[in-house]
Amino acid sequence: MQDDVILRLEGICKEFPGVKALSNVQFTLHKGEIHALMGENGAGKSTLIKVLTGVYQKDAGSIYMDGAPVTINSTQDAQKSGISTVYQEITLCPNLTVAENMYIGRTNEMTTSWKKMNAGAKQLLDSLQIPASPTQQLSDCSIAVQQMVAIARAVDMDCKVLILDEPTSSLDEREVEKLFKLMTDLKSRGVGIIFVTHFLDQVYSVCDRITVLRDGTFVGDYLISELPRVQLVSKMMGKELDSFEDIKQEEIADTIDRRSEPVFEATGLSSAAGVNPYDFTIRKGEVNGFTGLLGSGRSESVRAIYGADKVTGGRVMMDGKEVKIKKPIDAMKQGIGYLPEDRKHDGIIGDLSVKDNIILALQVMKGMFRPISKADAEKFADEYIKLLGIKTASAETPIKSLSGGNQQKCILARWLLTNPVYLILDEPTRGIDVGTKLEIQKLVLKLASEGKSVTFISSEIDEMLHVCKRLIVMRDRHVVGELTGGDLTQTKIMSTIAGGEKK
Amino acid sequence: MAQNSLSKDQNFFLKIIKKQIFIPIAALLVLMLFNLIADPSFFRVELGTSSLGYPVLKGNLITILDNASELVILSIGMTLVTSASGGQDISVGAAIALAGSVVLRVLCGTETRPDHLHAPIIVAFLICCIVAMLFGAFNGVLVAYFKLQPMVATLILFTAGRSIAAWINNNQLPIISEPKFGYFGNFFPGIAIPSPIFIAILFMIITALIMRFTKLSLFTQAVGINAESSRLNGINPQFIKFITYVILGFCVAVAGFIKVSRLSTINYSVIAKDIEMDAILAVALGGNALSGGKFSISSSIIGAYVIQFLTITLYKFEVPAAALPAYKAIVVIILVVLSAPVVRKKLADMKKNFAAKEAN
Repeated sequence: MQDDVILRLEGICKEFPGVKALSNVQFTLHKGEIHALMGENGAGKSTLIKVLTGVYQKDAGSIYMDGAPVTINSTQDAQKSGISTVYQEITLCPNLTVAENMYIGRTNEMTTSWKKMNAGAKQLLDSLQIPASPTQQLSDCSIAVQQMVAIARAVDMDCKVLILDEPTSSLDEREVEKLFKLMTDLKSRGVGIIFVTHFLDQVYSVCDRITVLRDGTFVGDYLISELPRVQLVSKMMGKELDSFEDIKQEEIADTIDRRSEPVFEATGLSSAAGVNPYDFTIRKGEVNGFTGLLGSGRSESVRAIYGADKVTGGRVMMDGKEVKIKKPIDAMKQGIGYLPEDRKHDGIIGDLSVKDNIILALQVMKGMFRPISKADAEKFADEYIKLLGIKTASAETPIKSLSGGNQQKCILARWLLTNPVYLILDEPTRGIDVGTKLEIQKLVLKLASEGKSVTFISSEIDEMLHVCKRLIVMRDRHVVGELTGGDLTQTKIMSTIAGGEKK
Repeated sequence: MAQNSLSKDQNFFLKIIKKQIFIPIAALLVLMLFNLIADPSFFRVELGTSSLGYPVLKGNLITILDNASELVILSIGMTLVTSASGGQDISVGAAIALAGSVVLRVLCGTETRPDHLHAPIIVAFLICCIVAMLFGAFNGVLVAYFKLQPMVATLILFTAGRSIAAWINNNQLPIISEPKFGYFGNFFPGIAIPSPIFIAILFMIITALIMRFTKLSLFTQAVGINAESSRLNGINPQFIKFITYVILGFCVAVAGFIKVSRLSTINYSVIAKDIEMDAILAVALGGNALSGGKFSISSSIIGAYVIQFLTITLYKFEVPAAALPAYKAIVVIILVVLSAPVVRKKLADMKKNFAAKEAN
């Protein structure tokens, strides 16, 4: 195995104005291996991938394919050298068929033989066991299948190196399983796979080797068996981690008064997004969570609380008084804050500055005619940039140029500034590095200890267990269970999600 | 030491070149320089007499400032509409005809040559505002609530506006003989500067105050950049889009009022012809993205003055009126390409590389 190196990067340097994104980074990929590229946000993973795929041009260093040096100046060069990439966001055309997507831009003939194309696509899909038909429109497939089609396209382009950049972040567990099966299948065909992900579990279940980057430098290249998780995390963060366990030890005493009036209470709440009527209560200082597979309706449920989708029924009480929450502003006036799942589309206002993004919700609550003064806005922004440790050049920097984790902190700051009594956080830690994840978890617990109520949603059950005192389990848009205390274990949650006790 | 100051200068330069307002100001300066070299007398301002016999200022500069007034006022509203809805209102020319027609209808009643005004001028102005804002609201509803493409939605009024304008006055062309009505488009007695300039300045001050004392700009930009995100933050994106069209309606009313006051009459098919394109151009020249989002009203305003400056310069060089648009197009394409973000970034990079080389 040591001999069949297909891709070798040496001494890669890349500098952006003011930032050294990569300095002297090396990377080696063998034939038929799945190689995880790990690092926190800003460690240089994306930059390295982009150098490799020709999106960026390296400042120094060399790339060898099969031992021969290659120059990659454009994405075409990369494809010709046999490097294909599947990005986190699907870059296919949803309005074309599966087969069209697989062959688009690749046929050289003047005319297209649809029959041949569909037949070819079918053969490939079958051989990779992808559950899609060539003539199906891509948008009709699930995200996971779309992802697989993208991979099939890459594979068919005769790739030797396949780069998967966070392919699993929008997939649920079953879909991830399928994707992993496809990956191992490709691996046995001798394709070298570079796998970029934030999920440690996934790394350990499918990868052979790990390369760790930190602050644009190469930390090391390890066999998976030689690097236990805690070690990996500490290598990524560059310090001995005070371990995930610490959070547990910080357990706040159960100060929640069960008899007190709930902060928020809903009965028979349902929304146009297809959530079946459910009841829900949360008390002062409580952290609860909604869990379930992707598409189980957990996001839709909290959106109904916030009035983000059209509420179709149910009664809502805040502090024992009945209130009407029909649209987001109603919820905000009641002191509810909502951090949406899709940061890019629902959270940030990309072109606006960090400052404007932070003051936005407070400003909206005050109304258009009572502006927050410039001085106050700057004060608020600086305060929260410091408090949450937001890494930004200045408060005037457009938020879109920040890394994902820092964007998320800005959105958190936005809501903290409104001093909410009840905060809904839908996947606040998705696509965020381990360090920031821990910070956010700690922040949630701190907020709770200050008497705020928080609903916390995460795809990672681990994380939910660390943070939540009570879990509401959803399946197929129904609430199927509520777990507290001793029931809060992985196995119990899994079995509740899987269900099967009734019927 | 010397190197330090050099890089500081460069930084300063880069900062300026990156400012959105840089391109329209630079264009204005280039036009001025060009005229200064070609014929310094271009800038001469002299005392003349108005049609009413008062001493007034005359000269190219005054003409530019005077004639640009309507465009400046429109460009303010157009900037807001562009920012919030990511599209443009192409019906403003027709709407000006409509607004002007309403003014005349109110002042003249049904007569074509009234010997006295049938209503106070202020009443005529207010009614014209209401009507223009209603038509703005019509566009706004189509865009915000029916989610039509702004250009398609406003195409309706673009097509129908001038006929409605003619219909309001029974297809007559009323002429107002009362000199007072002409004050607003020409001169107030005893004041040597054309009134539209004052109206435009007043309008800019009001706009500045609104921008200063409300968060209209933040809300508009937020909606233009990311409507869904804005909604989840409690903003009502539909209402914001709607209101920008109503505001543009008010701008149209003021511009229309000035236009009819200039001539004391109206020609439905010619009045404010193609002004919508100039207004959109002013927004684009100001470096605002026509796809919406962030905006700078002051850049649009300067953009409007650039357009008028260019027109007068071309007149001055005796470009035939028929060929005017072609010449204008050439200049415009240069400006718009220069203000494109891609080109601006390239220029900034070039400057930086140059500076780096020099430093070595």
